[in-house]
Amino acid sequence: MYSQGLIGADGKTHEDEAFLNAFQARIDAEQKIEPNDPMPQGYRKTLIRQISQHAHSEIIGMQPEGNWISRAPTLRRKAALLAKVQDEGGHGLYLYSAAETLGVSREEVTDQLLSGAAKYSSIFNYPALTWADIGAIGWLVDGAAIMNQIVLCRCSYGPYARAMIRICKEESFHQRQGYEIMIALCNGSDEQKELAQDALNRFWWPSLMMFGPPEGDSVHSSQSMIWKIKRFSNDDLRDKFINATVPQAEHLGLTIPDPDLKWNEQKQGYDHGDIDWNEFWRVVKGDGICNRDRLKKRRKVHRNGAWVREAALAFASKHAAQQTADAQIAAE
Amino acid sequence: MTDKTYLFQYLLRLADDHLILSQRLGEWCGEAPTLEEDLALANIALDLIGQSRSIYSYAADVENKGRDEDHLAFVRVERDYRNALIAEQPNGDFAHTIARQFFVSAFMVPFWREMESSNDLMLAAIAAKASKEVAYHLRHASEWVIRLGDGTEESRERMIEALDDLFIFTGEMFEVDETVEAMIRSGVCTDPSSLMGEWLQTVQSVIAQATLEMPDTGFMQTGGRMGRHTEHLGHILSELQYMQRTYPGQVW
Ligand SMILES: [Fe+2]
Ligand SMILES: [Fe+2]
Ligand SMILES: [Fe+2]
Repeated sequence: MYSQGLIGADGKTHEDEAFLNAFQARIDAEQKIEPNDPMPQGYRKTLIRQISQHAHSEIIGMQPEGNWISRAPTLRRKAALLAKVQDEGGHGLYLYSAAETLGVSREEVTDQLLSGAAKYSSIFNYPALTWADIGAIGWLVDGAAIMNQIVLCRCSYGPYARAMIRICKEESFHQRQGYEIMIALCNGSDEQKELAQDALNRFWWPSLMMFGPPEGDSVHSSQSMIWKIKRFSNDDLRDKFINATVPQAEHLGLTIPDPDLKWNEQKQGYDHGDIDWNEFWRVVKGDGICNRDRLKKRRKVHRNGAWVREAALAFASKHAAQQTADAQIAAE
Repeated sequence: MTDKTYLFQYLLRLADDHLILSQRLGEWCGEAPTLEEDLALANIALDLIGQSRSIYSYAADVENKGRDEDHLAFVRVERDYRNALIAEQPNGDFAHTIARQFFVSAFMVPFWREMESSNDLMLAAIAAKASKEVAYHLRHASEWVIRLGDGTEESRERMIEALDDLFIFTGEMFEVDETVEAMIRSGVCTDPSSLMGEWLQTVQSVIAQATLEMPDTGFMQTGGRMGRHTEHLGHILSELQYMQRTYPGQVW
């Protein structure tokens, strides 16, 4: 097979067998691929898609929790929540920068989000209805994100792996903070415990769906695995998450809303009930309860901020022109 | 009134200023014109929440009636909030938020600097930390006033309107009443009206750099320190207090 790919600013490279083999040899030797290194176009495209989707998820993910900043029950919780949502915005920023190293601008990928062409994690299409949801989101959603992302810290693409190391530290802080909210609720009044159980009931299944549908056995031979962008199957990661989370729920005194959940002595892990993949696909395709609101809000924010961004650009170019003129006068 | 009651009252005003303004800034989270600005506004809001917490805790100690920072912050009726009216003004467009922050921060910079030598050691300690934080708030807001004023035709008009709308609320920051007099007398704070010169200088110089003109000075609104607010505060409180009112007396 013979194809051509764009490599950074270096122009075109022949993706002949020798090129692809040399690239794969670097991957197999666990060498990190850096922005200016030659890479197959497919590798670049896969990463751009994955990193920008991840960035969009961070940005859209600010909405459900942002919804509770003004109503947080104490000053300490308010500050922690605001700082958390701010962190997610920061994650979005790092990830957009990581995507930029592959040759796509933040504007380009933002336009894809706003047009609906790009996806983001469908968990954020579920609403944060009560204060307990803030606890459940931190505990389960950040918890599931960590399971996915801890492996990405070893991703073959250097800038993505490094961004993940930084992000994972903050995500695990979020997870502990969320769990701590759950502990407070479960140590509280009956009303508070009910809030906690209700939040777990609503967020459990969507959290399991965050790992994506089962891929079957083909996954181990998939291109993402071969390129070491991905290192575990969706089901493997989901199982790890369940095994880590069930004891935490027990510690809280909460019931996982899955009657088929059972410890399996042989595999030393939990078996779980069927996941409703119809619901998953419905939400991915745009018919979750919040999909339309999430995108509309993002579009509105983008529109409302346009005049500010234009002003900043106009100011910068005016003053750059001024500086050039001053420099010329000084030189004369 | 005893010195303690005056001090409590004074601290409540100061803490309310910070809380209410941070509540407003928090409304921007996820809605700012750029991602960078989202982070910046959240930073400022977080500083203000932190400052309010220190001041409420101290106020609760001074009052010594078993209330804590959250009791003071969340469980009072509207007329008992004592923030300056400028803090509760709506975010409006980005220019209004910037104008509000600019006017307030231009006051807070000299205010906290002077407070560092307060003979109230607790306030002096709070001031040492706050001084560093508000320096950034002022720099950030000033840069935007200049960029928007000297940006496009649209941003210029919006900035002019925002400065005009909010200027009328700035007088309250410098007011001296019986409570403030008592604080000046006992060396807790300096006379805020003595900070007017520096404030004006900051405001004038930034507005000049923004190629704009000073808003007309005329009547200044007042009332916040006596709990006479604009209609906006009630709506802020209905969100702020929602959990504490719905589930009274629980631990979160
Ligand atoms: Fe994140
Ligand atoms: Fe994430
Ligand atoms: Fe997070």
